[in-house]
Amino acid sequence: MPEPKIRIENLSYAYAGVQALQNITLDIAPQRITVFFGPAGGGKTTLLRLINRLNDLTDGTAMTGRILLDGKDIYAPATNVAQLRRRVGMVFALPLPLPGTIRENVTYGPRLAGVRDARRLAPIVERSLRQAALWDEVRDRLDAPANALSGGQQQRLCIARSLALEPEVLLLDEPTSGLDPLSTGKVEAALQELKKTYTIIIIPHSVQQAARIADDAAFFLQSKLIEARPGREIFTTPRDKRTEDYVTGRFG
Amino acid sequence: MNRYAQQRLGFIALGAVTLVVVIPILLVIGNIIAQGLGAISWEFLFGMPRAGMRAGGILPAIVGTILLTLGVALFAIPFGVGGAIYLSEYARDTTFTRAIRLAIINLAGIPSIVYGLFGLGLFVLFFGLGVSILAGSLTLAIMTLPVIISASEEALRAVPTEFRTVNASLGGTRWQGIRKIILPQALPGIITGVILGLLRAAGETAPILFTVAAFYLPRLPQSVFDQTMALPYHLYVISTQVPGMPLQIQYGTALVLMTLTLSLNLTATLLRRHFRKRRQW
Repeated sequence: MPEPKIRIENLSYAYAGVQALQNITLDIAPQRITVFFGPAGGGKTTLLRLINRLNDLTDGTAMTGRILLDGKDIYAPATNVAQLRRRVGMVFALPLPLPGTIRENVTYGPRLAGVRDARRLAPIVERSLRQAALWDEVRDRLDAPANALSGGQQQRLCIARSLALEPEVLLLDEPTSGLDPLSTGKVEAALQELKKTYTIIIIPHSVQQAARIADDAAFFLQSKLIEARPGREIFTTPRDKRTEDYVTGRFG
Repeated sequence: MNRYAQQRLGFIALGAVTLVVVIPILLVIGNIIAQGLGAISWEFLFGMPRAGMRAGGILPAIVGTILLTLGVALFAIPFGVGGAIYLSEYARDTTFTRAIRLAIINLAGIPSIVYGLFGLGLFVLFFGLGVSILAGSLTLAIMTLPVIISASEEALRAVPTEFRTVNASLGGTRWQGIRKIILPQALPGIITGVILGLLRAAGETAPILFTVAAFYLPRLPQSVFDQTMALPYHLYVISTQVPGMPLQIQYGTALVLMTLTLSLNLTATLLRRHFRKRRQW
């Protein structure tokens, strides 16, 4: 197995006095789709948000353990958090276009990073929208307001917005939970293309989706990591009784 | 009584209450216009007062009020909006910030004459600014700050948190998010708060009593260290302190003050509409 892109070591995390993650150790392989799955409240989203330090915005938290990106501790004091978040992009469950046009949404991250030249931004816009499988639908109206797009298009716009920064890792938190099957299919197809260059961690909105797209899968239950193995193994021959019960729909 | 009748009764009661509120306002405005319009002339608006203010114009008072309001805007907007940004976007919820918020709420309830005495003590005497436009503007600005801070903070908090998260996730610093997303979204609410504060400052008499207002000074101020006449104080003077004052001049002065504040109000409404049109959520 190649060097892990992300290594999570003995990670425990609590906020507002509630233990959200207990002693998680997990390696994430590069250029694969890793799925975090399990019932709600298991700690999947919390772990995802810890990987690009979005939980920094929350008060009253306590963390022990380490998260390494390419072998470097992302919680080390010298870490440039803005820089880290450019390397580790995030897509949320509810698509939220920023105020402004489609083009402005895609270029927001690069502009903050200091790229202002329209001639340099134009190819970024096209590449990102193509990667998110949205280009053909919006190429003629890049300067239309972003919130005029349909829900499915908005979510792909949010993916494109993250991709504009060429992150090394893409985190997706139930990105298709509000989408119709057709849009979901487009997003999943886009992810299969993206994993050739990016490391992808996704929280799927169903076990079916998890089984469809997972190269690797990690099952979370009540703030613990129960089992982490290649996807085709975990969904066909789970080792842990609790994983088996969840995968076969006996509880959830 | 069925629900439909209850609803009708509710509508009638609420409508009656609204009328009770609106009618006096309309009566006041109508009365001032009816009695004051006759006084309005070129000389009244652009002339100096003569004959112990019983004749001539009120230009120094108009200019004084405009200058004071501008001075308040200059001091209160940056500090007020800046403070609101700090409280809403940067400050953590600690005992200290809660104390600050409580203090701001309390400041809004202090009688304006107290601000006047405070301004006299601090700006006029301690800082040695003398009775001047500068001292008066600063006093009015301090009185206006709580209004601007509270309204601006509320407007900033009304912007969904998710925008801040998205900004952070795209490598934006807190300040970049504020400048590019949060502040533009909150602008309509901030403008409303700012104008409400300025309106109050423009119409106040007590805070300028000891800090800037001149009883009778028939010339325009030359610098920010000059005293000046101001409309609210002038109105108070000619209504109570000068015997034999023609009623029409009093009403004319009130009409000018009212027009000034209403037009400021109108500007706020138009600005707000302009910025809200650009808001897209």
